[in-house]
Amino acid sequence: MRTYYEATARKRIEGIVDADTFRELLPPTERTVSPHLKVLDLPVAFDDGVIIGSARLQGQRILIGAQEGGFMGGAVGEVHGAKLVGVLERAIRHRADGVVLLLESGGVRLQEANAGLIAVSEVIRAILAARAAGMPVIGAIGGQYGCFGGMSIAAACCTHLVMSEEGRLGLSGPEVIETARGVEEFDSRDRALVWRTTGGKHRYLLGDCDALVEDNLEAFRDAIAQAVRAGERFSLETVEREHAMLERRLERFGTAPDAADIWRMLGFPEAERLQVLPAHELVALAGVHRTVPSPVES
Amino acid sequence: MEHLSFHFDGVPSVPPAAKSVIVGVVASGNLEVLVEPMPAEGACNVEIDTASQGFGPIWEAVLRDFFERHPVGDVRISINDAGATPATVSLRLHQAIESFTERR
Repeated sequence: MRTYYEATARKRIEGIVDADTFRELLPPTERTVSPHLKVLDLPVAFDDGVIIGSARLQGQRILIGAQEGGFMGGAVGEVHGAKLVGVLERAIRHRADGVVLLLESGGVRLQEANAGLIAVSEVIRAILAARAAGMPVIGAIGGQYGCFGGMSIAAACCTHLVMSEEGRLGLSGPEVIETARGVEEFDSRDRALVWRTTGGKHRYLLGDCDALVEDNLEAFRDAIAQAVRAGERFSLETVEREHAMLERRLERFGTAPDAADIWRMLGFPEAERLQVLPAHELVALAGVHRTVPSPVES
Repeated sequence: MEHLSFHFDGVPSVPPAAKSVIVGVVASGNLEVLVEPMPAEGACNVEIDTASQGFGPIWEAVLRDFFERHPVGDVRISINDAGATPATVSLRLHQAIESFTERR
């Protein structure tokens, strides 16, 4: 078992796709680096913190992009975003079986200002365009830096999202909330609070992610491959049902002061033990207690 | 940022390596090392972009020590550094050249 949490983006791709099938696009030898960071006299990375390419995943033809959280917190700059857009557009052109995005990002790369903001919005548009073309876009979150800011919106736009308990997903990160609203609102140094609010288990119970797996590359691989096989069923109806679910959720839990209160309100049978349950036990118990959109009859 | 270039005589590589490798991440106190095959009559050229200014002599010492322990040639080594210590630099160089020679 190899940890997903601690692996670099390159090691994650290597650990997930079929052996010797990954063909990198714009590899480090091309030196497609950020023009903005150079102007600001900041260090650049040869891949601008994201690795893209084609591969096989349990035999399926996929395009894959993996963000490297170690480089500037996985933040999205102009080149970084363009690489993700390119891999999504290429998937449609080449009629791939799916796109896999290993997300790890604090959001927009503030140093690149408007170029970074536009890059994130283009990624979101490309995800939705791929889905509209019938292409499943599978997101995975399980890295040390989590998935926040604009990339959390991108994650929410994916067909299917796989998370581990260690992975974190949120619009504003804990430090941002504390800075903006004060430590009484959210103590970013309270690790238990951070994980029960943004961590994979809570996201799974709320229906923000679709699969909860243990922190290892094999578990992520199997869950992602299964989601690619399931394909894409994107329609106005699926979007409307998701919006209805989100409205119901806000009505039910909008005033809940803490994630633990929501777990009790959901009627989850082991709310007190939730934080120590292994992923597969939580999934087995979650059943009807999760908030998910009502299914669309096909 | 400071740009540094070094040239070492190296030894001609037999057989020539075919594929480039990259190790490390440009994170605080870390660096990425890209090793590419480059025919240069055995020479090794090293290009460094570092966030820490004024450490040229230390880079040279670390690289000299590295090439003494790892006789390689016909390579181009490119480094993006975000303030790694000499020990971290040595480790990454070692990892890079190890996977580079493995992939011959």
